[in-house]
Amino acid sequence: MASFREQFEIPGKMKTWSWALIGIGAVALIVGLVTKGMSSDEHEQAVFIGTLMYNTIFWTLVCNAAMFFICATTLAMGGWQLSFRRVSEAISAMVPIFGGITMVILFYVIFSHNHHIYHWLDKDAVENDPLLKGKAGFLNPAFFLIWTTLTIGLWSILGWRIRQLSRESDESPMDNQTGTSFIFRNTVRAALFIVWFALTVGSTVPWLWMMSIDAHWYSTMYSWYTFASTFVSGMSLIALWVIYLKNKGYLELTNQEHLHDLGKFMFAFSIFWTYLWFSQFMLIWYANIPEETVYFKHRVQGPYKGLFYLNLIINFVCPILILMKRSAKRNYTLMTFMSVLILFGHWIDFYQMVIGSLSKEHVTLGWLDFGILSLFVGIMILGVAKSLASRPLIAKYHPFLKESVIHQV
Amino acid sequence: MAKKKFVVGCFDDEAVLFPAVKKVRTAGYKIHDVYTPFAVHGLDHAIGERETSLHTAGFIYGITGTATALSGIGWIFTRDWPLNIGGKPHFALPAWIPIMFELTVLFSAVGMVLTFCYLCQLAPFVKKHHFHPRATDDLFVMVIECTDKTNVDDLKGFLSSNGAKEIDVQVAETGWWLGSYDKNEVLFENRTVAA
Repeated sequence: MASFREQFEIPGKMKTWSWALIGIGAVALIVGLVTKGMSSDEHEQAVFIGTLMYNTIFWTLVCNAAMFFICATTLAMGGWQLSFRRVSEAISAMVPIFGGITMVILFYVIFSHNHHIYHWLDKDAVENDPLLKGKAGFLNPAFFLIWTTLTIGLWSILGWRIRQLSRESDESPMDNQTGTSFIFRNTVRAALFIVWFALTVGSTVPWLWMMSIDAHWYSTMYSWYTFASTFVSGMSLIALWVIYLKNKGYLELTNQEHLHDLGKFMFAFSIFWTYLWFSQFMLIWYANIPEETVYFKHRVQGPYKGLFYLNLIINFVCPILILMKRSAKRNYTLMTFMSVLILFGHWIDFYQMVIGSLSKEHVTLGWLDFGILSLFVGIMILGVAKSLASRPLIAKYHPFLKESVIHQV
Repeated sequence: MAKKKFVVGCFDDEAVLFPAVKKVRTAGYKIHDVYTPFAVHGLDHAIGERETSLHTAGFIYGITGTATALSGIGWIFTRDWPLNIGGKPHFALPAWIPIMFELTVLFSAVGMVLTFCYLCQLAPFVKKHHFHPRATDDLFVMVIECTDKTNVDDLKGFLSSNGAKEIDVQVAETGWWLGSYDKNEVLFENRTVAA
C-alpha cells in the first residue's frame, strides 16, 4: 500500500480561504455585538444571541452526526465506509470545539437570566404560570447546566475514545484474534456512544436547547426532527469532504460506489426528515388547538411563510427529484451541488426553528446570519483539515477494509 | 415462439464462473443467460446486461398513484360531495397527503411487481423451459445461444477447458407458453439428473 497518498497536507489555498471566512465571521460577530448584542433593545439582543445559538447548535449536531454515522455502521458491521472513515472521524473531532462554543453561549444565556430567549428563566413568570410550573422539573437552570455539560462532555469523550481505538488499525496487521477483539471493542464503544446519543439528540437535548424557547409549546417529534435534520446534513458534509479529497487525488480506495451509498443516505434521510416534519405539522394542523398551533401560526401564515415553503422545497422537493436517479448519486458534480444545497437548507431550517420563535414579527435573515455562518464554516474547514492531516487517511490494517475496497452497489 | 439451440455449461463454483463468463464473452459467444441458485453480486455486469428500466416504470406508476389520489379526493371533497369536517377548508391538502402517499406506494409496488413478472415472464399456469434443475439448488448454469456460425464442438471444448462440470446441447423454447410441457419439454421431475 506504499503507493497510496496516506498523508493529507493542508493546501495553502485552503488555509487562506478558511482564515478569510473566519475573518469575515469575526468582523460580523464584532459588528453584530456592537450594533445588536449591546443595543438597549432587548429584542435585538435576543436575536443576536439566538443567531449565535442556532449556528453553534447546528454545527455541533452536524459534526456529532458524523460520529453517529461511524457508530451506527460499526454496530451494523458495515465495512463499506472504511475507505473514507477517517473523514467522518475528522469531522466528528470538531464536536469538542463546537460543543465548547455551544456551552459558552448557552451558559451565558442561563447566567444572564435572559428570559427573552428562555422564558422559563423568569422566576415570577414560572410562579404564576401553571404550565411552566409543571415543566419546572425539566426546565430549570440547574438541570439545564448539568445536562448540557454532561451531553457535550460525554459526546466528546465517547467520540474521542472511538477515534483513539481507530488508531490501532494504523499500527500493524491484525491476526484473527486481535482483529476479533478489535472489532468487539469497537462495538462496545460505539454502543455506548449510541445509547448516549439516543438520550441526548434522540430525545432531551433539542427540547432543552431549542424547543424550550417556546416555553409553553411542546412537540414530542421535535428531537427526532432535529436529529433527521442534522444527520442528513452530516452525511452531506462527509460527502463534500470525500469529494474534495478525491479531487485533490487522495482517498484512492473510495470511488463512485461509496459516493452512491452516501447519496442514498442523503436521499433517504431527506425523506425521513420530511416524514417527521409532516408528522409534526399535520397532527397540529388537524387538531387545531391554539396551544399547539401557536408554533406554526406565524411560520405558515405570518412573515416566515416564504422561508417555510423554501425549507420544504430545498429539503424535500429538490432531494427527492434530483437524488432519485442512480446516475445522480454517482455524479460528483451533482452530489457536490446537492450536499451544499442540503446543508444550506437545514441551516435555514435551524434558523426558522430558533429565530422563528424569538422574532415573530420580522424575518431577520441577513448579514449577521451569513457572517456567523462563515465564521463557523471557516472554523469547520480549518479544524477538519487539521484533524485529517494529523493521521493517515486510510485505516490500512482495519479487518474490514477489504469489504470497503470491493464494495459494489 | 421460436426454438433455439443452446449450449449449456454448468459450473459448481462462483470463482470459476466469473472468469469463464469473461472468457466466453471475449471469445465472442452470445450468452443467453446465467441461471444461479442465488443472486450473485456483479454477475449482471459481467454478462453485460443493461441497467433495468424497472425503476423508471416504478416512478411512473408512483406518479400515477399520486395523481389518482389527488384528483380523486380533490374532486370528491370539493365538487362532488363537499363536507364540513371540523371547520377545515374543503381543499384540505395536509389531510390528503397520507392517502396520496399510500396510493403512490400501492401503485408503484403493485405495478412494479406485475412489470417484474412480465419482464421475467412469470405468471400462474405459464410454462418456461428449465435448462438445468440444479440451477435452483447448487449449480451455476451458463446458457450460450448458438448462431449459424457457432461450432458446437469447439464451444463445448472451450467451456470444459474453462471449468464447466457438465455440458450439453439443448434445443429449447426461451419464451413462456401456455399449456403443458411437451415431449421435448419434459417436466423436470422426469429428467435424469447427472450427479
